Amino acid sequence: MTDRLYEARYGRLEDLALLTGKGRYVDDIHLPGMLEVAFVRSPHGHALFHSINAAAALALPGVHAVYTHVDVAQTLTSDHIPPDQVVDSFPTTTWPYILPKDEVCFVGEAVAVVVADTRYIAEDAAPLVEVDYESLPVVSNCRKATDPESPTVHRHAADNIVSRFTTEYGDVEPAFVEAAHIFGFSLKQHRGGAHSIEGRGVVANYDADSHHLTIWTSTQSPHKSRDAAVELFDMDESRVRVIVPDVGGGFGGKNTVYPEEILTNMASRLLARPVKWIEDRREHFLASIQERDQEWDVEVAVDTEARVQGVRGTMYHDQGAYTLLGLHVPHNSSIAVPGPYHIPNYRIEVLVAETNKVGTIPVRGAGYPEGNFTIERVLDRIARELGMDRAEVRRRNLIPGDAIPYQMPMKTREGTPMIYESGDFLRCHEMALEAAGYTDFAQRQKEALTEGRYIGIGVANMVKVTGRGPFESATVRVGRSGRVVIYTSAMAMGQGTKTTLAQICAEQLAIAPDQITVVTVDTASSPIGIGAYGSRNTVNAGNSVHLAAGEVREKAIRVAAHVFGVDEQDIEITDGLARVKDDPANSLTFKEIAKALGAAKGLAIPKDMPIGFEATVNFRPPDVTYCNASHVVEVEVSAETGGVEILRYVVVNDSGVLINPTLVEGQLQGGIAHGIGNALYEWMGYDENSQPVITNFAEYLLPSSTTVPNFEIIHVETPSTLNPLGVKGAGEAGVIPVAGAVVSAVENALGPFGVWIDQAPIAPVRIIELIEESKASR
Amino acid sequence: MTDTRNIAVTVNGARHDVEVETRLTLADCLRHQIGLTGTHVGCEHGVCGACTVLVDGQAVRSCLMLAVQADGAMVTTVEGMADENGQLHPLQQAFHDNHGLQCGFCTPGILMTLLEFLQHNPSPTETEVREALSGNLCRCTGYQGIVSAALDAAGRLRQERNQIDGTNRS
Amino acid sequence: MKPPPFHYHDPRSLDDALGLLVDKENTKLLAGGQSLMPMLNMRFVFPDDVIDLNRITELASIGEDDGRIRIGAMTRQSSLERSELIRNQCPIIIEALRQVGHLQTRNRGTIGGSLCHLDPSAELPTVAQGLDATIHVQNKRGTRTLTMADFPAFFMTPAIEPDEIVTAVEFEPWPQGHGFAFVEFARRHGDFAIVGVATLLELSADGTVSRASITLGGVGPAPIRCSAAEGIVTGSTGSDAAISEAAETCREIDALDDVHASAAYRRHLAVTLTCRALRKAYDRVSGETAL
Repeated sequence: MTDRLYEARYGRLEDLALLTGKGRYVDDIHLPGMLEVAFVRSPHGHALFHSINAAAALALPGVHAVYTHVDVAQTLTSDHIPPDQVVDSFPTTTWPYILPKDEVCFVGEAVAVVVADTRYIAEDAAPLVEVDYESLPVVSNCRKATDPESPTVHRHAADNIVSRFTTEYGDVEPAFVEAAHIFGFSLKQHRGGAHSIEGRGVVANYDADSHHLTIWTSTQSPHKSRDAAVELFDMDESRVRVIVPDVGGGFGGKNTVYPEEILTNMASRLLARPVKWIEDRREHFLASIQERDQEWDVEVAVDTEARVQGVRGTMYHDQGAYTLLGLHVPHNSSIAVPGPYHIPNYRIEVLVAETNKVGTIPVRGAGYPEGNFTIERVLDRIARELGMDRAEVRRRNLIPGDAIPYQMPMKTREGTPMIYESGDFLRCHEMALEAAGYTDFAQRQKEALTEGRYIGIGVANMVKVTGRGPFESATVRVGRSGRVVIYTSAMAMGQGTKTTLAQICAEQLAIAPDQITVVTVDTASSPIGIGAYGSRNTVNAGNSVHLAAGEVREKAIRVAAHVFGVDEQDIEITDGLARVKDDPANSLTFKEIAKALGAAKGLAIPKDMPIGFEATVNFRPPDVTYCNASHVVEVEVSAETGGVEILRYVVVNDSGVLINPTLVEGQLQGGIAHGIGNALYEWMGYDENSQPVITNFAEYLLPSSTTVPNFEIIHVETPSTLNPLGVKGAGEAGVIPVAGAVVSAVENALGPFGVWIDQAPIAPVRIIELIEESKASR
Repeated sequence: MTDTRNIAVTVNGARHDVEVETRLTLADCLRHQIGLTGTHVGCEHGVCGACTVLVDGQAVRSCLMLAVQADGAMVTTVEGMADENGQLHPLQQAFHDNHGLQCGFCTPGILMTLLEFLQHNPSPTETEVREALSGNLCRCTGYQGIVSAALDAAGRLRQERNQIDGTNRS
Repeated sequence: MKPPPFHYHDPRSLDDALGLLVDKENTKLLAGGQSLMPMLNMRFVFPDDVIDLNRITELASIGEDDGRIRIGAMTRQSSLERSELIRNQCPIIIEALRQVGHLQTRNRGTIGGSLCHLDPSAELPTVAQGLDATIHVQNKRGTRTLTMADFPAFFMTPAIEPDEIVTAVEFEPWPQGHGFAFVEFARRHGDFAIVGVATLLELSADGTVSRASITLGGVGPAPIRCSAAEGIVTGSTGSDAAISEAAETCREIDALDDVHASAAYRRHLAVTLTCRALRKAYDRVSGETAL
């Protein structure tokens, strides 16, 4: 019998190819006769244009075509990107164009596409395309955008409000009237990008003879890509195939159907040749989605014991110039504030406002980091004003373990109840503090101060929705080769999806995971699916694989029992065989069973048994799961330069059952690093003309190897009650509480100066300003 | 104007004679003309390090070199790390054993950087490893697995060297 | 982000390179490529001709001549890092180089390239200014020299003619055992310094400072020699008070202001880092710390 495959640090199946340079990412794909595209992009934040003159560009040798809105309108069934959800409630101006007709609304918006022999030539041609821009007033701040006097992001829009909604429960007003204390402040959380090291990319191949369109795309949502193509080209699913190659990271940046993809498809359709688009880094800065800005004005009412009685406020969310994925981020942020804390009364009014910047949709964390930052700042403010220890304030407000399952007074985005079904937030909080030596810290801090060093500690707790349905599909199939193959709609982008799913399947079929082939998305073999985001792969696809593999196992048992004339309970599955327990010479290999279930002559199968040694399951989680974590971070701040060094980072994380703890740790480590970027480094800046002032990696600071420590991760595994495997999710868990914890630690380090930090990221220049301001006011 | 040249570049021991536009970067030449797609392009302005290869034994950003500059040079890419029997280089093995990669896109560049670094510094401290890697960006891993892999590989390479020295001496 | 088209030349001798410059107007010299290639890839520049200096072996050299150190313009930063001569005679260059970019950058980047690019935040121009280096420049008509102080003409533009090539940088090393320090503040290891300070100190037999060189990088468009600070430090015993007083003079400097750092912050860093650099340099020369 093979070793248990859950909780197993099995080496990744993905590694060999990737380590030897045999990965196949979208830019590695070469097809005969392939052309390449570059986009003509708006240099203005907001402008009108009347004509596009491509004559000079077309005259350049090697240029095959220049397409504009005219071509889109003639070729496709719509000139807007097919909406992903109900959009009736949004103003029509929020719908993204595939290519705009006469108005550009953010710097970098594509107005035309050039198709040429090579990318080099396409880039030569793009500047030769003449567009007669006429500048229009620009909206560059989401709060100011809500001012009735503000210019509009779209010239025909009535205003800049995409949506106005309130997330609330309980009754805040009495809570504030009766409160012992009320504290209020504002926060700014700045824009940041996804910045997978591989940017976006598409290879489209329209075969004019067979009328088939094959699309390779570096994406997180291939079925959306397929569906958009089906709709826009008026084809059916038998003629559109999306194959996802190796994906060099996603982080949300590849989780929507972009104009560039549609236009690359269209170019291939029109020219009947393969066409490739590979996003370069500048394009990623300009035209890939980002997350935030958010501006919060928030107040908290507390009783004499520092227990929160109510939180209320207003949040301004920068949606960008187009709404690409509904209101996921602002909704999530407003729902995420209470988190693991007991907030009895709550009301946040959210104004989702447009600006002349690229659209915002979830990046890793999907709005939860912002909500978490807010509540962590609230709790720190309470501690500061009441002269209490910050960990103690949290202790008093965390939902205790015996209250779980805990029904939140709020509803989910889908309108279903929000129930924290398992987990112990208070216990994780205590464990993290203990592991980090929190109680000793004050003494160490004092000693450091005598040496002129400012060290600080911060703690933050989070709960994150994970495992959101509706499903991911899995077919476990054994063919005549005898090899077990999983076909799944699960999307891999570095998480080790194949390894995790192979482990789950291997557990059922008693073979080694490397005996299993996992095929991720090719819409020909996985025609339905949702996409990789929201920490949902293992919950959805993992359980589908688990159940499908279980069915395959049952089939094997049934066939063997039938062939050897014994009861099913006398059959065991081991080492790739179905054999009689007491008479192991009587065994069938998977190969033989596959043959039998393929109705080959020779081996009989029960008459009522369905054909095929396979099973397909689309597990539907009954509800979302929730992972939780407690982070404690120690920092040293230089009061001279404002530089922040992370000295120590301790995490207690509960993502339920861990199929492969090593892979989960990798996800947590990457998430925390991203969180450190959000806290200290990653600022996507725009000026008042909505011109990006940060457009390269020298200015946009991704965390590098010297900016992050080793992370001390302690796992708590409270199985989820909502799926057979008991798994929750982990992909985003790392990022969510980081900014709250780090900012708290920085403030704590600068205690002698009494600074209060109201933004993320916080840069050294700002830290020095705060210190100077505090010195001046004394 | 199309300015082209014929160049001869030796990559992983094999000579390639190619005609290139003089503005073609070494990264694009390796990937698209020679067909070795293991080297990746992440930023094209010399920060992310995904395109790192060895040119005459030195780690360089191939997006910041013109292919013509590699005429007559010996280039090593990730495809040249495993031996002729396909046995992984200790660095590659260490990355597998220490979960040093997730999406794999930055990995070849990191392997190349470490290949040179560990030659000059066979017994690095963790701080030295992190500094050596600071010119390679990773968005997936948070670097911890990479650093563990690098230190593990350093140990294995030292061991290999000691064995070879031992063999030579006896 | 692909380079625009250009005519490419790779002369094998300095003379050939200089000949190419005679009748061309819109040229760029390609040295290490760590600055020019990003600019080409991002299409910030559109030269008609690119003259690659990398095959001119005579331009890469590190040597000593008549008590002065002479470094060929095409000498790789990594070669400088490994040079025993530089380590013995001019360790501040090594200390600065450890903070210049990354392993990959230094393998290609050259000292001449960095000097000619004159990025305000770059470490090598700051060090060259601190060393009172002389820049050797040549064209078809002859050679001339410039002091490093005269070398920057405007923001990121050296005072050389379109037909001139910088061939070498040369300076007199400070006496054996001199105090030195290169200190900078950057956001991440290897990033351009927001502010960097290069300090060199010489002591008299009685332990007072007999000579001081203090240069700020990243504060102004070109490296700034802090003569006021030098004046205060010279003759002092390197006390904390003297060092503080000297560093404070940096608060008066007209500093760059941009989206990455305000002028006030740059001045603040200048004061802080000058303090650190002076303390480090003094402790080194007075034997109080190991190198």
